[in-house]
Amino acid sequence: MRDTLLNITGLTKAYGSVIANREVSFSVGVGEIHALLGENGAGKSTLVKTIYGLVKPDSGTMDMRGAPFAPTDPAAARKAGVGMVFQHFSLFDALTVAENIVLGMDNPPSPRAIAAEVRRVSDQYGLPLDPDQIVGDLSAGERQRVEIIRCLLQNPKLLIMDEPTSVLTPQEVEILFKTLRKLAAEGTSILYISHKLSEIAALCEAATILRMGQVVATCDPRTTAPREMAELMVGQVLQSPVRAARPEGAMALELTGLSAPASHRFGTALRDIRIAVRAGEVLGIGGVAGNGQDELVAVLSGETMSDNDAVLLDGKPVGRSPVNARRALGLLCAPEERLGHAAAPDMSLTENAAVTAITRKSLTRRGFVDWPQARAFASAVIAQFDVRTPGPQHTAASLSGGNLQKFVIGREIMQAPRVLVVNQPTWGVDAAAAAAIRQALLTLADEGAAVVVISQDLDELMEISDRFCALTEGRLSAPRAARGLTVDQIGMMLGGAHDMEVAHVAE
Amino acid sequence: MIVLEKREAPSRLWAWGSPVMAVLLTMVLGGLLFAALGQNSITVIRTIFLDPLFSEFAWFYRPQILIKGAPLVLIAIGLSFGFRAGVWNIGAEGQYIVGAICGAGVALALYPMDARWLIFPSMVLAGALGGWAWAMIPGLLRVRFGTNEILVSLMLVYVAEQLLAAMALGAMRNPEGMGFPGSRNLSQYPSAANLELISGSGMHWGVVAALITVIFAYVTLSRHVFGFHVRLAGQAPRAAKFAGVNPARMVLICMGLSGALAGAAGLFEVAGPAGQISIDFNVGYGFTAIIVAFLGRLHPIGIMAAGALMALTYIGGGIAQSSLGLPAAAINLLQGMLLFNLLAVDVFTTYRIRMLRKEVS
Repeated sequence: MRDTLLNITGLTKAYGSVIANREVSFSVGVGEIHALLGENGAGKSTLVKTIYGLVKPDSGTMDMRGAPFAPTDPAAARKAGVGMVFQHFSLFDALTVAENIVLGMDNPPSPRAIAAEVRRVSDQYGLPLDPDQIVGDLSAGERQRVEIIRCLLQNPKLLIMDEPTSVLTPQEVEILFKTLRKLAAEGTSILYISHKLSEIAALCEAATILRMGQVVATCDPRTTAPREMAELMVGQVLQSPVRAARPEGAMALELTGLSAPASHRFGTALRDIRIAVRAGEVLGIGGVAGNGQDELVAVLSGETMSDNDAVLLDGKPVGRSPVNARRALGLLCAPEERLGHAAAPDMSLTENAAVTAITRKSLTRRGFVDWPQARAFASAVIAQFDVRTPGPQHTAASLSGGNLQKFVIGREIMQAPRVLVVNQPTWGVDAAAAAAIRQALLTLADEGAAVVVISQDLDELMEISDRFCALTEGRLSAPRAARGLTVDQIGMMLGGAHDMEVAHVAE
Repeated sequence: MIVLEKREAPSRLWAWGSPVMAVLLTMVLGGLLFAALGQNSITVIRTIFLDPLFSEFAWFYRPQILIKGAPLVLIAIGLSFGFRAGVWNIGAEGQYIVGAICGAGVALALYPMDARWLIFPSMVLAGALGGWAWAMIPGLLRVRFGTNEILVSLMLVYVAEQLLAAMALGAMRNPEGMGFPGSRNLSQYPSAANLELISGSGMHWGVVAALITVIFAYVTLSRHVFGFHVRLAGQAPRAAKFAGVNPARMVLICMGLSGALAGAAGLFEVAGPAGQISIDFNVGYGFTAIIVAFLGRLHPIGIMAAGALMALTYIGGGIAQSSLGLPAAAINLLQGMLLFNLLAVDVFTTYRIRMLRKEVS
């Protein structure tokens, strides 16, 4: 039995009437890679924020190597040896790697010393990184390395990683795992937050599973079946998506050498994109976000215009047709950003139903919105897609991520599209809702629609797509049949320009 | 320790309660201001807010509320569309002036023709078109070159004021006016006058137009697709674009609508209460209407109430000036204070105050 590093007993934290953590107890051993598993809203974030000194618990105690540990702010937590890599990076695009690292320090040494230190740590842990590079030019994986090295320079005893792989390619994940294993071997404990079970099984030695703020189980992920862990996490039996064999349908959506400029300064221009999607088919487009996904959706939805002949819907050119003209023809989209793009946060679900459904559901009478009918449509979406809300009069912002996503996707599916394009359909969505959304997309394809799924989640794409292609730096690879693709092959398709070599880990 | 805590949802009570709070707070702070000026605060506040309604001369002042309130409401309704959609027309004062000049120009060109059925409607149309055209300048510049409509529309107010002075002294000067600046008095030209419809009520065509506009705005915002898109554009611009709203067209429509209504308000004023194009024709309705729009929560019915309240401060301020010798700037200060207080009190719509006791660990 190894020594205990961090011991948490009876931790409780409530926000108003919502209890985020109830009597949470678990411990992390020295040099242990410990997984914290749970759906969105299960209380993982609150728990790690408590450890990192961002949240003050209502009751309960923490011990660090036997001594009471109650950090009042992140600086105190860092002093006690806790480092954290957040899911969202806090880096300045315009500064170099070394400058970004210096910014986070209390008594910064000279830039030259830092550069040398960054090189040393990045060599030692196999995290290739040039301290003089501008952060704006780095890939998501490299940005994450900046954050990790920033933590490692403080010699942490406990490193908290919040959903670290959501932005990485498979090869980058492999590099990260090697680093983490090496750190653990040297005695650093790692608290690894994720809901990707395959990763946890590959990396972690112990797992604490949270559901609705409580610890529901502790297990060894190397010996526990992923399905069992998923069901513990969700608290119900999961349905795997099923799909019928489909006959080859007619050509529904074609992109013939589409190019479009970047939507903003740090966006990605689309270059010579060619797609052909048939009715009844699911085309999966993989790739790390920021490689042109937003631009591609905008060009398809009609928010960005392109050459008229570059986008063909049922053989008809629609590249210059406005948004609602495309909807009328049956080309529907569900963008990635739920709040603010797919839905207006402070408007009711009824009003949000009208955002896209006015044309196809004829929700207007001589220019006046037929609100009763819009409400009926919103209620139908809520009922059909099991959106948990007291009613359509509630605002979009009041829904959880998963429920709003079900509403947004459901709103498009219930308009019976010819072609549906969805971007990151299950991003930040709990496992049960994600399964429901995937099933709904498959059912839609079975009914004869063409479905284009853009996602970072490769497991998801492998599960539902018929053909797979990768979007990297605005270019789309040639599609391949999804069945039988190996992780390595996918990685090669995705890899593109990112440094592909698995870095040499110093022994 | 006192902390501000974000509410889960904006408070409905505070959304409508905060204008009332702001008015009360303005009375208190205004009272302090008047005390600092050496006045009896209670008397001044009473003079401004109550005397126009309840003093022995109230029969004279009450109709004034309609006369002063109508242009405020007319302009504020137009502005509220833009403000909801995130289009910031600050130059309604200029559009008001240009509308008055254009409308008066039609009347003066046709003087002394006797055809009210033709002249008065053409004046209204010309006034609205003039305001619309003046507002199109910042609108088109924003859409075409990405300029800031706040700055351009504001600066065009000063251009419009120069234009007004030039008209009053030059092209539109009354040829029978013994060389005094200012145009012919339109209220004495029967074909062009915007007369009281019911004697002693203060009700003129501008008031009718304001009431119709309120109803039109209410129906548009709550029922029409355009009103829905206006609200959507303001709350979530990307969602609006996704819903098929053309952002450039939205800017032009909102600028044009507010400009046309401000121009019409200017025409009703120049043909009625003011009577003539003069150097000091504009009295700041275009700027005060911004306060009215926000005080009324950008809601047509709220704007109507806020317009009446601001009209009250104009009239009461006038009484306080003449009977108590208060400087005119003090009244402007009071009106500005009202907007300032509203913005301050509005914090409570989305935040609540919580007292934190020192936690015992």
